[in-house]
Amino acid sequence: MAIASGASAASLKSTPLNALHKELGARMVPFAGYEMPVQYPAGIIAEHSHTRTAAGLFDVSHMGQAVLRGDDPAAAFERLVPGDITGLAPGAMRYTLLLNEAGGIIDDLIVTRPGESGTEGQIYLVVNAASKDADFAHISKQLAGSATLERADDRALLALQGPQAAAVLARLAPASGDLVFMRAAAMTIDGVDCFVSRAGYTGEDGFEISLPGDAAEGFARRLLTEPEVAPVGLGARDSLRLEAGLCLYGHDIDTTTTPVEAALIWAIAKARHEAGGFPGADVILEQIANGAARRRVGLLPEGRAPVREGAVICDHDGNEIGRVTSGGHSPILERPIAMGYVATPFAEPGTQVQVSLRGRTLAMTIAAMPFVEPKYYRGN
Amino acid sequence: MSERKYTEDHEWVDLDGDIGTVGITDYAQEQLGDVVFVELPDVGKTLSKGDEAAVIESVKAAAEIYAPVDGEITEVNAALNGDPSLVNADAGGKGWFVKLRIADASALDGLMDEAGYTAFVDGLS
Repeated sequence: MAIASGASAASLKSTPLNALHKELGARMVPFAGYEMPVQYPAGIIAEHSHTRTAAGLFDVSHMGQAVLRGDDPAAAFERLVPGDITGLAPGAMRYTLLLNEAGGIIDDLIVTRPGESGTEGQIYLVVNAASKDADFAHISKQLAGSATLERADDRALLALQGPQAAAVLARLAPASGDLVFMRAAAMTIDGVDCFVSRAGYTGEDGFEISLPGDAAEGFARRLLTEPEVAPVGLGARDSLRLEAGLCLYGHDIDTTTTPVEAALIWAIAKARHEAGGFPGADVILEQIANGAARRRVGLLPEGRAPVREGAVICDHDGNEIGRVTSGGHSPILERPIAMGYVATPFAEPGTQVQVSLRGRTLAMTIAAMPFVEPKYYRGN
Repeated sequence: MSERKYTEDHEWVDLDGDIGTVGITDYAQEQLGDVVFVELPDVGKTLSKGDEAAVIESVKAAAEIYAPVDGEITEVNAALNGDPSLVNADAGGKGWFVKLRIADASALDGLMDEAGYTAFVDGLS
């Protein structure tokens, strides 16, 4: 059996929780230039199941955090993305997309308008780790003169995800219970100044907590003393997001995919379907009107063998109609699941397609996503 | 049964008469993580040393199991089809993959014994 050897840790960056991960017995791997935990001794399936039944604690400090300041940073930022940013209420957040002039996706990100007094003239951004340097350079350059980007590299980011996350966090921070899905607020937790959002990347209810890096280890240790909480690595983070039908940048979306092809039209503000005013609007509005040639879909391979990224999808005559962009094993459904792009005539759920796996042809069925129903908290 | 032998690709083989049972080591299953699928060869297939004997899929990735010596498949561990996690739970026992009829048992002489394999693994980290 061939075992990939770990890359040298020498050139990798580390998050403030690096020592804690190692103490907890994590297997560390290179990811987006950081040494990160792919799993702890419990293993990916156990960590995944724990997040779906209790509360998982994730270190996502490698992601890029920044504050954009200006007279009207939301209006400025709206020139770079198709979402409604000026319409964000104080304390509200939104998933959006940095686009290039061809309508390709430079990155996907979360934008929050903080609601606290004194934060007027600010919006808060969280972008992908692998893209953050390029994203922040792009934003700074494009918005020069109207807004200033200030990186928050000194801050850590933790995610607490799962059906017990709210009960756990309410014990430490009762105010967290006032948040609903995609809302955020500053709060002091255990003496630490935190910015807490009710969001995540698992399909579960839960929170992401931005806090000073030097307070992160103590804060994580405090959360891990709660009986419902266990540490969860990047391996389960990937299988959780795949079950939830969420895109992984660089795999399911990139500069060669448009939001229409990626089935992310919902991230384009209704008003902007007419008005445009974002990079690549000519391409994207044309695709909204007339359809795109391909679409991102869910895929259910027959049998038990996982179908991985890069597998070629064919019609019944063996003609290539697309590619798998993410695939693996669903611990909840106990079967392989995948997502990928297919030519639009094949994109309807229930359509039968084929994939070649180690020289054999497997049947796959186009499936609606998410594969596992989300449990976001939208209030009582 | 003769002493268990090990390859540098983290397979083990036990020889009983001319039949060798092949599995992967506990170190290998730990590196792989949770095993979710195993693709086993057809009985009767003839393999040369280094040929792919089976494919093992963990949550993270696929890995190939190589034939440690020349031989013909006489049996596969069908229990892995129903419960691939046996590889994690008991890599050195119930998680075996295939049995091979080995024409030339002396081919195993070139493999490591347990002490040699342990030293080999220690040298990897």
